Amino acid sequence: MAAAGEVLRPNLPENVEVSGDSPSELHVLAVDDSLVDRKVIERLLKISSCKVTAVESGTRALQFLGLDGEKNSVGFNGLKVNLIMTDYSMPGMTGYELLKRIKESAAFREVPVVIMSSENILTRIDRCLEEGAEEFIVKPVKLSDVNRLKNFVMKGEGNDNQDKRLHKRKKLEDDNSTLSSLPPLFPSSSPVSRNLELRQHRSASPSSALSSPRCSLKRPRLQLTD
Amino acid sequence: MAYLVQLQKQFDDYRASLFNEGFLDDQFEQLQQLQDESNPDFVVEVVSLFFQDSERLLNELATSLDQQNTDYRKVDAHVHQLKGSSSSIGAQRVQRVCIAFRNFCEEQNTEGCLKCLQQVKHEYTLVKNKLETLFKLERQLLAARGSSFV
Repeated sequence: MAAAGEVLRPNLPENVEVSGDSPSELHVLAVDDSLVDRKVIERLLKISSCKVTAVESGTRALQFLGLDGEKNSVGFNGLKVNLIMTDYSMPGMTGYELLKRIKESAAFREVPVVIMSSENILTRIDRCLEEGAEEFIVKPVKLSDVNRLKNFVMKGEGNDNQDKRLHKRKKLEDDNSTLSSLPPLFPSSSPVSRNLELRQHRSASPSSALSSPRCSLKRPRLQLTD
Repeated sequence: MAYLVQLQKQFDDYRASLFNEGFLDDQFEQLQQLQDESNPDFVVEVVSLFFQDSERLLNELATSLDQQNTDYRKVDAHVHQLKGSSSSIGAQRVQRVCIAFRNFCEEQNTEGCLKCLQQVKHEYTLVKNKLETLFKLERQLLAARGSSFV
């Protein structure tokens, strides 16, 4: 469990809350152009005791975060955002473009960003993970996904494991150089498969929650109807 | 008391049939799990949004496919949205038609698209009627429970 957790845990942000304790309630910014999906994700998050701000576009998300370059948008009333969940396919700004903007910003680059998509496209998943997304979830999003994300973010916000924490990409790079000498477990060399190899190599207990089939890194959930 | 039991059975059987006949899938169950005393109307609310959204999209699709030069990217975008929202509420049969629909969009196959539009309208109407019936049965059941002494 700890091993899998290290893969996902981000670096401690500079502007983390002073107390260093886990926040009592996470504030999640959800971005989705679909009214139905916004309603569902909002409920999923609220039932998981998270504060939610749901917006309909990347542009609105940037406005909320104060990243839209408007002079009058001062630090958005100080409400810290602990997690951003964004749909991939949106008119105007895609979730990928929003992800890039967030990762380019000094204030928010350490906030974990999760991409949601109804389409299970490996190149898309790859691109998002490479750009710094924590996870790529194939819709529809389930309560178990939200629980897993919540636990991950809560753990990451504490100080205790700071030393053990490794940036996900760096860890993947290190491990990939070790793994290159191992015979491939899967014929494809896509990053998703690499991540699969990573998990199987490292995780001692296959039944641990973080290596469950719901985690996007392990799962191309290939729906037969797709 | 017997009436209550009868209503319950009617509701349970009807609900089961919607899953058995493939109108609804597991995602609908997921939504029901998100409903509780603090949000007793959650499922009805989400489904209502789905109805509104779908009707808008179906109109857009009819308009888009009626053009001289069909903009297939636009058609595809609408179908993608419909696929997404039907998937989010577990309207399985609607979702399935959308998948076929998108393939025809990709091929820019007008006839195929028009056929799918008819099909998706049909499936949408079916699931809408089914869900409205389900909600009506649920209301009857809740009303009967509310007035029962048990």
